Amino acid sequence: MQKNFNGKLVKEWVIERCIYLSGIASIIFVGLIFIFLAKEGFSLFKTVSVSDFLLGQKWYPISTPAQFGILPLIVGSLYVTLGATIIAVPIGIASAVYIAEVAPVKTREILKSGIEVLAAIPSVVLGFIGMMTLVPWVKNTFHLPTGLTAFSGALMLAFMAMPTIVSIAEDALNAVPKRYKEAALALGATRWQAIWRVIFPAASSGILAAVMLGIGRVIGETMAVMMITGNAARIPNSLFEPVRTLTATVAAEMGETVRGSDHYFALFAIGIVLFIITFFINLIADLAVHRKLK
Amino acid sequence: MIKNAYTREKLAFSILFLSTLVVVLPVILILIYIIYQGWHAISWDFLTQMPKRGMREGGIFPAIVGTLWLVLGTLIFALPLGVLSAIYLSEYAKDNFLTRAVKLAIINLAGVPSVVYGLFGLGIFVIFLKFGASILAGSLTLAIMVLPIIITTTREALDSVPQSFRQVSLSLGVSKWETIRRVVLPHALPGILTGMILAVSRAAGETAPILFTVAAFYLPRLPKSIFDQAMALPYHLYVISTQVPNIKLEIRYGTALVLLMIVLSLNLVAILVRAQFRKKRKW
Repeated sequence: MQKNFNGKLVKEWVIERCIYLSGIASIIFVGLIFIFLAKEGFSLFKTVSVSDFLLGQKWYPISTPAQFGILPLIVGSLYVTLGATIIAVPIGIASAVYIAEVAPVKTREILKSGIEVLAAIPSVVLGFIGMMTLVPWVKNTFHLPTGLTAFSGALMLAFMAMPTIVSIAEDALNAVPKRYKEAALALGATRWQAIWRVIFPAASSGILAAVMLGIGRVIGETMAVMMITGNAARIPNSLFEPVRTLTATVAAEMGETVRGSDHYFALFAIGIVLFIITFFINLIADLAVHRKLK
Repeated sequence: MIKNAYTREKLAFSILFLSTLVVVLPVILILIYIIYQGWHAISWDFLTQMPKRGMREGGIFPAIVGTLWLVLGTLIFALPLGVLSAIYLSEYAKDNFLTRAVKLAIINLAGVPSVVYGLFGLGIFVIFLKFGASILAGSLTLAIMVLPIIITTTREALDSVPQSFRQVSLSLGVSKWETIRRVVLPHALPGILTGMILAVSRAAGETAPILFTVAAFYLPRLPKSIFDQAMALPYHLYVISTQVPNIKLEIRYGTALVLLMIVLSLNLVAILVRAQFRKKRKW
């Protein structure tokens, strides 16, 4: 009996250690991701300076001598991200307000499942559909030599950022205490006035978090953007030219590099840049959420 | 004045409604379009045959099998780790700096771009641990990627079990772990199942993390072990729509349709499980 009891205690101790270890596993993984990106990526800076890497205007990884300036890629990502954000933020927030505050219950459920379906569609499928429909449309509508442009990418990414923006903004709106709205309505405000003047400001930090996470989603998106932005690694003059993003560069070129070459290290260094960008975006979003809770 | 306010409300609500339509309508159109274009291609042969003549003919069987292997491998690694991690956060963690750091780390894992997971998987599993490009390396990479999904949904499920259930069990002298195992987990099971299905659907659809860790361009045979390379549906769709010229549109749309159906039916199951769970819940 006594022995059995001890055995149980030991078992429990082991299990609780496992739980504890799994609990901090996420921290370990984030650390490991950074370490392994850094391990390969920092090797590049033995031959290329950090400023030449970040601000160099020429990305010619396989010519001799090779040039590893990622400014065109950063600008490419920036064009696509800015374009997508400008489109997605107003529409996404408006949809969230409609779903959270205006739509009747049944309509709300249908709309929410629509958004969930969108979130579930793999990005490679959206990229494929974009190639088949959006790209020719952009080409013909704007009379361009090619439809593979930053604009096509921005449109598609705006669409892909919607589930993130809508669902998080909707949560933020729902988290506003009902009595705020009731008080506003009792004072004679219309529903719209209550939404615009009371609920919306009260949910603003959560909505900011939604926008930040939406932007994070857009910067990190790889497949769809690689399939429809044309992949030209030079600084574009307008939204209607082909661009190449940071993510697409890594995905497209890693298969062809030699392990241990400068090109290989450079792609990992791009990974570090992406990791740092998304890290700070998530940090800001997290801070916004916690400000709300206070 | 009042009339003016109501007119404005009408206008505002119309704009909100239109915005929502702009988001949801294309989703429906995309689904209809892929089904319409792709269903001709679907046949028993398409689903069960090897690709032939450089993927220009034949079926997508090895890609389907490869995706199944990857999904299974992902679950084996991610499910126990994710569930235990959620148990830690919801049952054990105190409100301190470490917990805050764990939560921030989870948010970050969810936000890391999928292609960065690919790089990470290449660096640690393929090269450092010498697994090579293999199902094992791909599964591990995908497992870390879906971890936040499993943790978040499991935590929600655990948190929704009333505190009083735990108190009753503890007051009867049952230990903390036994309470979690016999009282809390059974009630949270449907929620955990939902998270598991959503993780599977995500793992089945992702391309970038498997690009350098497992995916084979064209491999018309089935993988023999977890150290083998494999084809996978999302990568196959990428390859036949951008890398290989002169592939019949039908084959491309058919592949897209099969992938979409796998992912969406998994999501549908998750939604049904969740709905059933909410209906049955008595507290």
